[in-house]
Amino acid sequence: MNKKGWKEIPKAGIITEAGSAHNYKTGQWRTFKPIRDKDKCTHCLLCWIYCPDSSILVSQGKLVDFDYDHCKGCGICSNVCPRKCIKMVKERP
Amino acid sequence: MANLKQLSKIPERLSGGHRLCAGCGASIAVRQVLLGVGDSPVVVGCATGCLEVATTIYPYTAWRVPFIHNAFENVAATISGVETAYRFFHKKGKIKQKIYFLAFGGDGGSYDIGIQSLSGALERGHRMVYVCYDNEAYMNTGIQRSGATPQGASTTTTPAGKVKSGKMERRKDLTAICVAHRIPYVAQATISHWNDLVTKAQKAFAQDGPAFLNILSPCPRGWRFPSDKTVEIAKLAVETGFWPLYEVEEGKVKITYKPARKKPIIEWLKSQGRYKHLFRPENEHIISALQEDVDKQWERLEKGFLV
Amino acid sequence: MSPLSERIVKALTGDEAAAEAMRQINPDVVAAYPITPQTEIVMNYAQFVANGVVDTEMVAVESEHSAMSACVGASAAGARAMTATSANGLALMWEVVYIAASNRLPIVMTVVNRALSAPINIHCDHSDSMGARDSGWIQIYCENVQEVYELLIMAVKIAEHPDILLPVMVCEDGFITSHALEGVKIFRDEEVKNFVGEYKPQFSLLDVEHPVTYGPLDLQDYYFEHKRQQVEAMENAKKVIPRIFIEFEKVFGSKYGFVEGYKIDDAEIAIVALSSTCGTTKVVVDKLREKGKRVGLLKLRFFRPFPKEEIVESLANVKAVAVLDRSESFSTQGGPVFTEVKSALYEVDRRPLITNYIYGLGGRDIDTSQIEKVYDDLGKIVEQNKVETAVNYLGVRE
Repeated sequence: MNKKGWKEIPKAGIITEAGSAHNYKTGQWRTFKPIRDKDKCTHCLLCWIYCPDSSILVSQGKLVDFDYDHCKGCGICSNVCPRKCIKMVKERP
Repeated sequence: MANLKQLSKIPERLSGGHRLCAGCGASIAVRQVLLGVGDSPVVVGCATGCLEVATTIYPYTAWRVPFIHNAFENVAATISGVETAYRFFHKKGKIKQKIYFLAFGGDGGSYDIGIQSLSGALERGHRMVYVCYDNEAYMNTGIQRSGATPQGASTTTTPAGKVKSGKMERRKDLTAICVAHRIPYVAQATISHWNDLVTKAQKAFAQDGPAFLNILSPCPRGWRFPSDKTVEIAKLAVETGFWPLYEVEEGKVKITYKPARKKPIIEWLKSQGRYKHLFRPENEHIISALQEDVDKQWERLEKGFLV
Repeated sequence: MSPLSERIVKALTGDEAAAEAMRQINPDVVAAYPITPQTEIVMNYAQFVANGVVDTEMVAVESEHSAMSACVGASAAGARAMTATSANGLALMWEVVYIAASNRLPIVMTVVNRALSAPINIHCDHSDSMGARDSGWIQIYCENVQEVYELLIMAVKIAEHPDILLPVMVCEDGFITSHALEGVKIFRDEEVKNFVGEYKPQFSLLDVEHPVTYGPLDLQDYYFEHKRQQVEAMENAKKVIPRIFIEFEKVFGSKYGFVEGYKIDDAEIAIVALSSTCGTTKVVVDKLREKGKRVGLLKLRFFRPFPKEEIVESLANVKAVAVLDRSESFSTQGGPVFTEVKSALYEVDRRPLITNYIYGLGGRDIDTSQIEKVYDDLGKIVEQNKVETAVNYLGVRE
């Protein structure tokens, strides 16, 4: 990424784009990837409230998907799921 | 009482893409606390530490709400200033909507270096919620001991070695210190009991003065356990009585969760690498002391006392 | 503008005048902690607040570190914030003083100059504000109570100018000015209110529709750029402040500059000094001028930004200069004002001979006879065309 010079950036280091960290893909950190069995999932949303990275996407009270751009593969979702429908699958060697 | 489906409709105020460790307890605590304010406007302040450093690496910020970091020991004073400015503008009719004020500090920024600023802010009665995400050591600088580090824990400044067995001293009770400031609401919570935490956060934000929440935030890196066990470890803290869940309003102590049968403290100690030296035969007395401490504290709480 | 002759005159000490200026400025938030000899500012102001004379929300913080921290919070939230301190209070808030400047927050602070410990001393010297000279704040030194009153009002305008946006410290000598009673010509409330206007922040924490993050972590790839921006702000200050001087004169009638030359134009020998000692020096200049000696004084009113061009211009024809420092750097090369003035003169073709007098530390009095001695020494320096001692200690017992 070409970094901007001092004349182009807002003064004082103020970041004006709220939530710009969204553009930083921490999904690159993963070794293990959560995979959900959609049939077993009851949408209890426990995985959602325990995800450290806001990476479980919920819509209308139902679990939609994992945000693989940001999911770090910590495995908490798999650990807390009462139905054991999330498996941590090795993604990278 | 909180309902997950309802809560899931609240917009996420903390975006993904922050650089806290995988499995970080603090980020779970932050997400749950933020649910407590719903979608109302909130200004967040944060002391220097893991949370602040990892969520605001220029030019990235994970915060979707106004956010200020000043220094390590002064988040309470800084948010006092923001809240005071709001009071001024509200008084003059320049800002009509209600805005909430939330300060985050680690145990370093709250128990130790930040305790003066916290104390002053509580005494002055600003309408703000102060949340200590307690991971029991100065984690961001490499797991050094703090006033919140429990007795017996190994940290990089109280390491277990040939002649020492981890931190010798018992930890401070910051929750009790805050109760002594006679503020409207004080509570202890942790991430595993999300309903208890979110309900307490809601109550905290509803106060017309300062509220303090002490939230145990397990740290996989510093406490030495696998990153997927963070919530499990928090639950164990509650089930062993190590981290009682209670709230204090108008000086009255109310335990908000009683484990059906308290697990022995040894289960808590077994679960984390920072305590593994305690299992040497010569350290048995430390384990007994820790069990006694937990039991005594629980007894006091049941009688309605903190110290 | 009412002519000076029509102005109301109030008997005020330096601290009372600062509080009076603050009353007319009517800042949104004041967060302060008491320390001698600043206490009267805070106490007087608290009385204004208690009587409903101002709209300010005042925060009685529990330390100076929290005072500046609360001001940073309030200012970042779009409020006009002011405070005051001295000596160890300034030292305690040191890290936040830097943070205020690097966050480009237009906080205005009165610094009642007092010696830094140890040993503890509550009297005047400049070690406190000189210690903060690299913090990125604009620094103004006031000669007398009238200047404290007027420059505090001007400071708000300077700080909040959109091309500057830097905090300003207005310094007055502890006890000597802060507790000295003068007849101060007071402006009308309306005039001050209109001059300072309303603070229009660019990025406010309370603008919840446009959330911003203040105080991020910079790694090696951005910190330098942010500091370069701060330099630019100081450079802009040099360009913008003269316009504010003109505006101030139009409204209030007082004419100000970065420096003030007193009988300097044809002076052969001159003293460079700051603050109340300039008042004493002017008396000596007048006395020696009557005897036909061509002596002069260059008063530095602004120390940051450093008025290099004005200093070089004012001392162009002077043969020997004595720089008076009311603080020591312990560098073994003299005090901070001496070092910077000497540096300013380095490139000048016809450099004056220059010497340093450290004086007045810990409130040690300096009187007209001692200043006369300085001019006497300067005379000898010109005669012998040589500086015997670079750094002298005026008034210390050997």
